[in-house]
Amino acid sequence: MAASSSFLSTASLSNPKSTISFASSVSPAPIPSLRRVVFRSPSSHRRVTTVRSKIREIFMPALSSTMTEGKIVSWIKTEGEKLAKGESVVVVESDKADMDVETFYDGYLAAIVVGEGETAPVGAAIGLLAETEAEIEEAKNKAASKPSSSAVVPSPPPATSSPAPAAAASDGPRKTVATPHAKKLAKQHKVDIGSVAGTGPFGRITASDVEAAAGVAPTVTPPPPPPSPAAAPAPTAKATTTSSPPLLPDASIVPFTAVQSAVSKNMIESLSVPTFRVGYPVNTDALDALYEKVKPKGVTMTALLAKAAGMALAQHPVVNASCKDGKSFSYNSNINVAVAVAINGGLITPVLQDADKLDLYLLSQKWKELVGKARSKQLQPHEYNSGTFTLSNLGMFGVDRFDAILPPGQGAIMAVGASKPTVVADKDGFFSVKNKMLVNVTADHRIVYGADLAAFLQTFAKIVENPDSLTL
Amino acid sequence: MQSAFSLSFSQSSLTLPNRPLCSPNAAPRNLRFCGLRREAFGFSPPKQLNSCRFQVKNRRIESFDYDLVIIGAGVGGHGAALHAVEKGLKTAIIEGDVVGGTCVNRGCVPSKALLAVSGRMRELQNEHHMKSFGLQVSAAGYDRQGVADHASNLATKIRNNLTNSMKALGVDILTGFGSVLGPQKVKYGKDNVITAKDIIIATGSVPFVPKGIEVDGKTVITSDHALKLESVPDWIAIVGSGYIGLEFSDVYTALGSEVTFIEALDQLMPGFDPEISKLAQRVLINPRKIDYHTGVFASKITPAKDGRPVMIELIDAKTKEHKDTLEVDAALIATGRAPFTNGLGLENINVATQRGFIPVDERMRVIDGNGKLVPNLYCIGDANGKLMLAHAASAQGISVVEQVTGRDHVLNHLSIPAACFTHPEISMVGLTEPQAREKAEKEGFKVSIAKTSFKANTKALAENEGEGLAKMIYRPDNGEILGVHIFGLHAADLIHEASNAIALGTRIQDIKLAVHAHPTLSEVVDELFKAAKVESPASTTPQSVKAAV
Repeated sequence: MAASSSFLSTASLSNPKSTISFASSVSPAPIPSLRRVVFRSPSSHRRVTTVRSKIREIFMPALSSTMTEGKIVSWIKTEGEKLAKGESVVVVESDKADMDVETFYDGYLAAIVVGEGETAPVGAAIGLLAETEAEIEEAKNKAASKPSSSAVVPSPPPATSSPAPAAAASDGPRKTVATPHAKKLAKQHKVDIGSVAGTGPFGRITASDVEAAAGVAPTVTPPPPPPSPAAAPAPTAKATTTSSPPLLPDASIVPFTAVQSAVSKNMIESLSVPTFRVGYPVNTDALDALYEKVKPKGVTMTALLAKAAGMALAQHPVVNASCKDGKSFSYNSNINVAVAVAINGGLITPVLQDADKLDLYLLSQKWKELVGKARSKQLQPHEYNSGTFTLSNLGMFGVDRFDAILPPGQGAIMAVGASKPTVVADKDGFFSVKNKMLVNVTADHRIVYGADLAAFLQTFAKIVENPDSLTL
Repeated sequence: MQSAFSLSFSQSSLTLPNRPLCSPNAAPRNLRFCGLRREAFGFSPPKQLNSCRFQVKNRRIESFDYDLVIIGAGVGGHGAALHAVEKGLKTAIIEGDVVGGTCVNRGCVPSKALLAVSGRMRELQNEHHMKSFGLQVSAAGYDRQGVADHASNLATKIRNNLTNSMKALGVDILTGFGSVLGPQKVKYGKDNVITAKDIIIATGSVPFVPKGIEVDGKTVITSDHALKLESVPDWIAIVGSGYIGLEFSDVYTALGSEVTFIEALDQLMPGFDPEISKLAQRVLINPRKIDYHTGVFASKITPAKDGRPVMIELIDAKTKEHKDTLEVDAALIATGRAPFTNGLGLENINVATQRGFIPVDERMRVIDGNGKLVPNLYCIGDANGKLMLAHAASAQGISVVEQVTGRDHVLNHLSIPAACFTHPEISMVGLTEPQAREKAEKEGFKVSIAKTSFKANTKALAENEGEGLAKMIYRPDNGEILGVHIFGLHAADLIHEASNAIALGTRIQDIKLAVHAHPTLSEVVDELFKAAKVESPASTTPQSVKAAV
């Protein structure tokens, strides 16, 4: 409990004589209380000791005899902060220099009326100072010129909220460790730092954690030297031009975030790998039927496809290998299928480890966990950069086929389109309609040759078209 | 007083009058006070006359190997050596590690290289700043090794320049650890002994690491390691918020790190003028990813190992009770520098160091354990602790060479400027406002302050660097400049007008009308002079205020 105010006492309910009531010079309404006691001043005439508290205005000073208006350079104190008499509160610009303006009263900076960069005439109120914390909310209301007769304050001002117990997501330190930038952002966005989940190294709270908690778009961070998380390639095949065309008017430049820079870097790297693509039409009637059956058990299409791919890879290990140094095959003992997931403004590839070995239900459960973690940016590095094969699905958009770009460090990536009812003719000339899904695999030709890839796709198609093996 | 018995070896200074060396009661006039006890020379009183006779032929030059030997080839030693050669002294300089010492290899030079990088990085990444110029810069990045190489290449280049400049002038560079064997006798390396008429100790300093702090060179580092820039940590704690800590915070935050300052005193940046440090805090600390803990000591720092981060225990500076524990990726110890005076053989001449510093008088003459001056022995630079700055060391060295070649010289330390190369820079010369007011109280004069903002300067505004302040503390009665402090673009270069004025004793009223080119940043200093109100008139003939000693 904030111990700043010595006026309120919880025991006072029982003994009216010892209560102290406030009368604000500004508002006759009952002062909202932070504690369980609610004072209703019109009805409680406790005048044993009356403390009159005021909400004072901080006004724009005249810094020179000719000054008529001034600009706020910056607020040294933030809303809710305690002020001591003589402390600098705000910096105001005059024509000669920036002057620090001090407060003549102790109290709390209840509200900022004129913000940084704004101008106000000399003598106008630029902020409100409340003598006690209890008035802060009221002063705020006054500043917003809302009727100030609220009986109960919905939430206590941030300065007095006691920190919530540290989120359990952090690694175990009893105290919250937050980086300097995180602390500043928490103050700025009025987020209680103790309640933020820390995802930085050693469980510390980083700036992006605070931004996520505040629901604020991540600020552009200066790009640090790039050890970047492996991100799946964007499933587009746009060629990069070496010279950028002149900027059109009204174009806006938005620099990359760290994730976007990482993707860009990976894409450029992938240009050095010789790739080729092989497409295959897969009949999904049986798979769709199986999906309907297992959907209620929590199995997703992703899990089905990942398992099918995993099983096919088990029979074609070269497609699960990679060429790390340009002169040897690097066979992986595990089959870890990474699946591309788009999350607001970024791309991440959570990895389903041992996709061939785990059963479908376990795989689905794991997938759900991974997606959850990916969305809340809590994926650990080994959960997104240990993939040996990638699966990318754009079928949900109606895309029928596309080419994926090979992520660095892998041998192949499978691009899957939507399953659409298609007219097929059989060898006898009869037409029928079957659900067909176009699958396109891009592979590194240094290790995977045409026949290898075609054989892999054939196996994959067979597994998908006879999907009972998937549920084993 | 033993002074009468003067065993002066000042043959090389031709300006000394030929006075009777043998008269025990001769009043020394221009003589440098040489209070060495007879015993030190192994002479007993009856032998006095003998020794006089030994000495009486003033012209007989004792055959020393060198006129001047300097122990330590850092900036101090180098400055002294060059000046000595100019004055015709046969000079040798002894270096046990690398020529250039701290400044060139582990100090000024590489740090300025890194700060140049950080300044540019900061500018390029400041989108708001770029936009205001109408510029678009796509994401600026850096290659850590490239940055580190820039610093180390520069250090190598300057080191070579220094070495060549001395060699070219005929200074003998002797390699090996130097120490004083006895009066006018120096040993270097394994067992090379040379004699010299005068000896200057210029061995400099090393980073001071308080006890309880375990430095591993990788996660807990000193400035020596930091300047190699082997890694850029995500979060670094900097112990000490003086100019070294401040400069490194500038470098690390520009390269993407977050910084936490740990300061023992209650204010950050304690050495600066309070008004300047308040503004500096507002510009250099608040908007950056920096937070701080003041009034605490780091009582224990353990390097990162076994998957744990660097752990720092903070205790209250006064009560010594535990206050907090920080977990960071790295810690930089910037708690000052300790003099490097071990193993110098000072006990051979009865000199005792005070907390490692060699005691000297205002002429850099070494004072021995009994408070007497040691003849022909001087100490300059960080080793004497008077003003631990590179240019102070070389100025002291030059002062010593002046004295040794016959011109008395006392260096006015109040005229030596200092600078901190953050972005924007901070520079100062003379007294801070509190120091000036204290002096004014004691000596009974009034103090006035003139201030100007960089916002009023055209060039600064053209560069969109209007954030800055210059202030001058002066005596309104006679126009003496007591101190000048500048915070802003190129502050380190602008201070020299003021420091020159203080060194020459120039009064404000005499310099007020000097013309400054427009538009330049130097007009900031011009504004200070013009804003000052001095009661006494400008003199028609150039006059100076007696330079403060």
